[in-house]
Amino acid sequence: MDLIVYYASWALLLCGAFLCAIGGLGILRLPDFYSRQHAAGITDTLGSAFVLIGLMLQSGFSLNAAKLVMILIFLILTSPVATHAIAQAARQSGLEPKVVAEEDEA
Amino acid sequence: MFIAAMIGVLITMLMALVRALSGPTVFDRILAVNMFGTKTVLFIAVLGFLSGRPEFLDLALVYVLINFIGTIAILKFVRFGKVETA
Amino acid sequence: MIHVVDMTLLAFLALVAIAVTRMTNLFATSVLTGVYSLLMACIFTVLDAVDVAFTEAAVGAGISTVLFLATLSLTTQREKPQRSPNWKALCVALLTGGALVYGTFDMPHFGDPQAPVHQHVGPHYIGVSPTQIGVPNMVTSVLASYRGYDTLGETAVIFTACMAVLLLLQHEKRRDEQSTVEKKPDKEAMEHAIILRVQSKFFIPLILLFGLYVQFHGDFGPGGGFQAGVIFAAGIILYSLVNGLDKARQIIPPNVLHGLVAFGLLLYAGTGLASLFMDGNFLQYRALAEEATHGEHIGILLIELGVGITVATVMTSMFFSFSGRRRS
Repeated sequence: MDLIVYYASWALLLCGAFLCAIGGLGILRLPDFYSRQHAAGITDTLGSAFVLIGLMLQSGFSLNAAKLVMILIFLILTSPVATHAIAQAARQSGLEPKVVAEEDEA
Repeated sequence: MFIAAMIGVLITMLMALVRALSGPTVFDRILAVNMFGTKTVLFIAVLGFLSGRPEFLDLALVYVLINFIGTIAILKFVRFGKVETA
Repeated sequence: MIHVVDMTLLAFLALVAIAVTRMTNLFATSVLTGVYSLLMACIFTVLDAVDVAFTEAAVGAGISTVLFLATLSLTTQREKPQRSPNWKALCVALLTGGALVYGTFDMPHFGDPQAPVHQHVGPHYIGVSPTQIGVPNMVTSVLASYRGYDTLGETAVIFTACMAVLLLLQHEKRRDEQSTVEKKPDKEAMEHAIILRVQSKFFIPLILLFGLYVQFHGDFGPGGGFQAGVIFAAGIILYSLVNGLDKARQIIPPNVLHGLVAFGLLLYAGTGLASLFMDGNFLQYRALAEEATHGEHIGILLIELGVGITVATVMTSMFFSFSGRRRS
C-alpha cells in the first residue's frame, strides 16, 4: 500500500512538473497573446494541482496535507479567474487576436 | 523525485521570466508575471519537502493571495488608466 | 542541490535587476519589481529565514506593486530619456561598492560555525528562550520580547510614515470632494466584472480569516503581527479594487481607520506602561502576571495585536490616500 502511494506521488509530481514545463514552452513559442493565454492558464492550474496532490500523497494525514489542500483550493479559486480577467482586459483594450487569412482553394 | 519537480519548476520560471522581459504587449508581461507567481507557490511547496521542513507551507498560501491581488490591481490599472474606478 | 537552486535564483535575480534598470517603460518596471520581490522571497526561504520571506512576499509583491501603479496613474508612463551617461555618479557608485566589498573581506565566512554571532549571541538566546519565554517560534520571542523596544520603534516608524502620507495627500482629497463632478458609473465595467465580484465574495472572507490565523499562529510558526496586518490589508484592497473605492470607504470609514492606526501603537506602548505600573521595567512582560512565562505570553499577544492593527490600518489608509487622488 505504501509502495503504491509512493509511486503514485512520484508519477503525479513528474506529470505536474512536465505540464508546467510545457506551459512555459508554450508561453515562449506561441505566436499570439491569446494562444499564450491558453498555454499559461490551462497548464498553470492543472500542473499545480498535480504537483500539490503528489506532495499531499507524500505527507499522509497531517497538518501539512491540510495546508496543501488549502493551497489547492485557493489556487483553483484564483487562477482561472485571473486568466479570465487578463483575457477580458486584453479584449476590452482592443487587442486583436492574430487571425490567419483564409485561402480560397479552388 | 523532488529534485526532478524542482528542476521542472525552475525551468518554467525561467521561461516565464523571458516572456516577462521580452513580451511585446503589456498583457504578455502580466500573463508571465501571473504564471511566475504560481510557479513560486510550487517552488516553496517543493522546497519545503526537498529540505525536509514542510512547515513553510503558510508562505505558499500567502503567495497565492498576493499573486491574485497583484494581477487584479495591474489589470485595473491597464484597463482604466488608474487603480480606482467609479 | 540546494546550492544549485540558490545559484539559479540569484541568476534570475541579476537578470531581473538588469532588466529593471535598462527598461524605460515604467509600467513594465513596476511589474518586474514585483517579480524581483517574489525572487527575493524564494531566496529567503532557501536561506531558512521564513518570517522575512513572508513579509517580503506580502509587502514587496503585493502592496508595493499596487502603490507603484497607483502612483504611475498620476504621472507619465515613460522614463525621461537621459541625454548622456552620468560619469560622476558611476564613479561614486563604483567607489562605494568597492569599499563595501573590501569591507566584507574581514567578515567571517557565510554560515561559519566559528563566527562570533554563532558562538555567543545565538546559543545564548537559543538556550534561554524556551525556559524564559516558552514560545516555540524563537523569531517571535526575540522580536517581541528580547528586542521589544526595537519593535516598538519599528511600529512607530510605520505610524509616522502613515502620518506623512496622510498629511501630503489628504489635503488634495478634500479639494477634490468639493468639486461637484457627476460621476457616472461605468456600466460596461460593472457588467463585465461580475465573475470577479462573485469570486471575491467567496474569497475575501477566506483572506481575512487567513490573516487572523497568521496573527495568532505567530508564536508557533512563521507569522506574527506584521505579516498578518499586510494580509488583512490585502483583503480590504481586493474588496476596494473589485467594488470601487467609495464602497470600500463606506464600509471602513476613514475616521475609524485613522483612529485604529493610533490605537495599535497605543496598545503596544500601553503594554509597556502597564508592566511599568506592575513593578517591572518598561516592556518587561514578566511583570504582567504572577508566573513569568504566563506574563510573557500575555505581553507578546498584546503587542502582536497592536502591531497587526497598526500595520493593517496603515496599509489600508495609504492605499485609500494614493488611489483617491485624481489626475488634475
